[in-house]
Amino acid sequence: MNTPVPADWYLLLSAALFTMGVIGFLSKRSLITVFMSIELMLNAVNLSFVTFAHEWHAVKGQIFVFFVMMVAAAEAAVGLAIIIAIFRVRGTLTVDQIDRMKL
Amino acid sequence: MNEPMLFLPLIALFPFAGFLLNGLFGSRLPKAIVSTIALLFPLLSFAVVARAAWMVHGGMLLPVAESGAPTWIAVGGFHVGFQFVLDQLSLVMLLVVTGVGFLIHLYSVGYMEHEQGYWRYFAYLNLFLFFMTVLVLAGNYLLMFVGWEGVGLASYLLIGFYIDRKSAGDAGKKAFVVNRVGDFGFLIGMFLLIANFGTLNFHRIGTQLAGHPAISGATATLICLCLILGATGKSAQIPLYIWLPDAMEGPTPVSALIHAATMVTAGVYMIARTHALFDLSPTAMMVVAVVGTATAFFAATVAMVQTDIKRVLAYSTISQLGYMFLGCGVGAYSAAVFHLMTHAFFKALLFLAAGSVIHGLSGEQDMRRMGGLRKAMPVTFWTMTAAVLAISGFFPFAGFFSKDAILAAAFQHGTLGKALWTVGLITALLTSFYMFRLWYLTFLGESRGAAHQDGHGDGHAAHAHESPWIMLLPLVVLALLSVTGGWIGIERFAGFLEPVTGQAAMVDAGHTELFLSVLAVLVAALGWFLAHLFFGRDGEAAAQAAQSLAPIRRLLQGKYWIDEIYTALIVRPVQWLARFVLGWLGEWTLVRGSAWLMSGVVGLSGELLRRWQSGNLRSYAAWLAAGAAALLLFALAGTLLGLNGFADSIHWAVR
Amino acid sequence: MHLVLFLIFALFALAGAANLLLQKHPINSALSLIVVMSSLAVLYLLLGAEFLAMAQVIVYAGAIMVLFTFVVMLLNEGREEKTWGSHAARVVGFPAVVALLAVLASAILRAGRHYGMVSLSDGITTTQDLSRVLFRDLLLPFELTSVLILIAILGAVALARKDDGNA
Repeated sequence: MNTPVPADWYLLLSAALFTMGVIGFLSKRSLITVFMSIELMLNAVNLSFVTFAHEWHAVKGQIFVFFVMMVAAAEAAVGLAIIIAIFRVRGTLTVDQIDRMKL
Repeated sequence: MNEPMLFLPLIALFPFAGFLLNGLFGSRLPKAIVSTIALLFPLLSFAVVARAAWMVHGGMLLPVAESGAPTWIAVGGFHVGFQFVLDQLSLVMLLVVTGVGFLIHLYSVGYMEHEQGYWRYFAYLNLFLFFMTVLVLAGNYLLMFVGWEGVGLASYLLIGFYIDRKSAGDAGKKAFVVNRVGDFGFLIGMFLLIANFGTLNFHRIGTQLAGHPAISGATATLICLCLILGATGKSAQIPLYIWLPDAMEGPTPVSALIHAATMVTAGVYMIARTHALFDLSPTAMMVVAVVGTATAFFAATVAMVQTDIKRVLAYSTISQLGYMFLGCGVGAYSAAVFHLMTHAFFKALLFLAAGSVIHGLSGEQDMRRMGGLRKAMPVTFWTMTAAVLAISGFFPFAGFFSKDAILAAAFQHGTLGKALWTVGLITALLTSFYMFRLWYLTFLGESRGAAHQDGHGDGHAAHAHESPWIMLLPLVVLALLSVTGGWIGIERFAGFLEPVTGQAAMVDAGHTELFLSVLAVLVAALGWFLAHLFFGRDGEAAAQAAQSLAPIRRLLQGKYWIDEIYTALIVRPVQWLARFVLGWLGEWTLVRGSAWLMSGVVGLSGELLRRWQSGNLRSYAAWLAAGAAALLLFALAGTLLGLNGFADSIHWAVR
Repeated sequence: MHLVLFLIFALFALAGAANLLLQKHPINSALSLIVVMSSLAVLYLLLGAEFLAMAQVIVYAGAIMVLFTFVVMLLNEGREEKTWGSHAARVVGFPAVVALLAVLASAILRAGRHYGMVSLSDGITTTQDLSRVLFRDLLLPFELTSVLILIAILGAVALARKDDGNA
């Protein structure tokens, strides 16, 4: 009943999620979904952190994840604010059309 | 043994101090102080030389090598120092250089009085004395080469002294470039000496030659030929004589000092200094003798038709240097040095007297516009007469003894020597002829200044004036030396030089020599007679002779067109090559090519980077992903290459 | 039991991520991301990280994703259009992604032999354990995160404020 799962399965899942995040970054056209892909990658990395923390019985691995969450929260706040600002200036969120530094 | 204190370095350093003082501050000093400095230092170094000569007279043993000379180059076993050596040969040379040098300095004070750049002139002149004394005193070839190059530099500076005249600058450059050809030979010769002897020290090479007489003739010949090339450059012999006539662009005292009395004899001095090597190579000796004789004859023929008074003297100098080479070539080194010394007296005198004439005529150098100056310039006339008699070889003037010694040595030098003697004798005839031609044209007859004067004023002779005494004094002293300089006699002179130049191949005196001497004087008298015939009365005989010999005359006036031939054969091709190298290699390939390449590379990479920096977020992300993948691949490669475990490979990658 | 739970939620996570990629409308992608994050919270719990599982739900699935949905709704972006602005993304990016996955997977598979198993009976890292480390050893970094978040809030306000002429 209590069948154990090999730790590397978690890592593989993490790798798969990370790769899908990268794919999203490369293929999605909307700035918001690109940002979501970044969050996906962060979560994938968090998963491997937790897995390793479990593997080596290290509490600090989990605390690292905690800090990542904090930073992600801050980043989301600032990033989304930037997105709003960009939208206000450009009128679009299609990344292929936002390729100029000057206004 | 108690080392005698000679203060040899001071001989060179005094003029150098003069050069520094006048060169650095001369432009701000009054003329009197400049002259004082310029005269004092050569006089001081002459005093040091005279003291040394006195000590030698008092029984001091030569050679004296200054001890404690600093090292210049020390590479492995090869050692070159700043060593000065005084022996009989360099003592004679030093007396000539500093003595005549001082007299010419004195003369220059009067001659250059109204010239711009007075201080510059004397700075250069002192610089010349410095290098010349270094050349003469040097104890090894390299230090000698320093002096050798230095006198070339001073010569260049002084030939081009009149910086506002393009011809003067060109002549300076010509002298410099032609001398480089000779220096090339000298350098190769030095390299060969290093390769064969491992030293450049005169003394050590001498002892090595004495210790191992087996050094092969071919090597000696090769070294000697290289050194001969150097000597022909400095001493204006065929094929490198062409710079000397043009060097007359410089002030006349410079011509007297550098291009007659001292610097141009450096080649002769060098051969005499190296005679041990030349003695091993009959081929090289023959080359020296033939080159010298050919030059002597050739230059004498050209001198016959020159109209510029200084150019006559220039070709005469080349001719007399040819005699010295002939002397060296037949092994009569002491005779060559003897002639060097007497020549320094009378040729310096000739130049200075010519300078006095030019000075008196406000710069006129064309003999066709002179004449009748005997009355106006008596001192110049009489001293010049002494010099003319001396160079023509009349008994008992100085030139007679030295030229006779050389010709006698040549006569006793086998069949080739007889042939050379014959040419030498004919040259003596020519010498006498052209010198008396100069004498007649300049001092006798009527003044021709007015006839040729176009435009301004009357003839020069009308206001020709004798030079000031500061110029005449050196003339008188040199005239005395020209008369008496030969009385010491070749036997005693050769005996004095014997430790340096070796046993002279002399002479079973007696009838043969007496006969030769009489013949020489007769030939000189014949030259005078011919000159008197052509130029003594009026120009008609000369004109007729010129008419009948027109082709030869043209050939001589064109100086055998040697300059033109050199221009066509060497200068033009070199210029073409230079233009090609500059134009194609330099301009196109290097300058434009590199500029084009650089701008191309920058432009191309800029274009690539510009496309790369598209501003598109997804493109950036793609490259980011590619970079990450590459890094991870790199890390994985460690594990795949057999390192133990992933952690190790990460460790490896990080390190 | 563990295996079943792992498979279910791993599947959920992958499916959510795939949906995120496939959906054309940002709001659908955002909702898919919430699925992924919630699944991850369960997986954290399976790995014995109870505090992180809660934080994941509250911070990520809650706060951050709410922010996302707000922005999506606020800007009212429609379906995304297919644009072809980036050549490099296709030519360089996707091969790179494949290489990345291949490298990661192979590395994990090579190294995974040495790793142990994860089971429900492994015990849980309690919040108490975590807080002991966090508030004792890492107090200063923890306090600094609060400063960071404060700055982020200020930045967000400054950036998103309506441009009323003086900014």
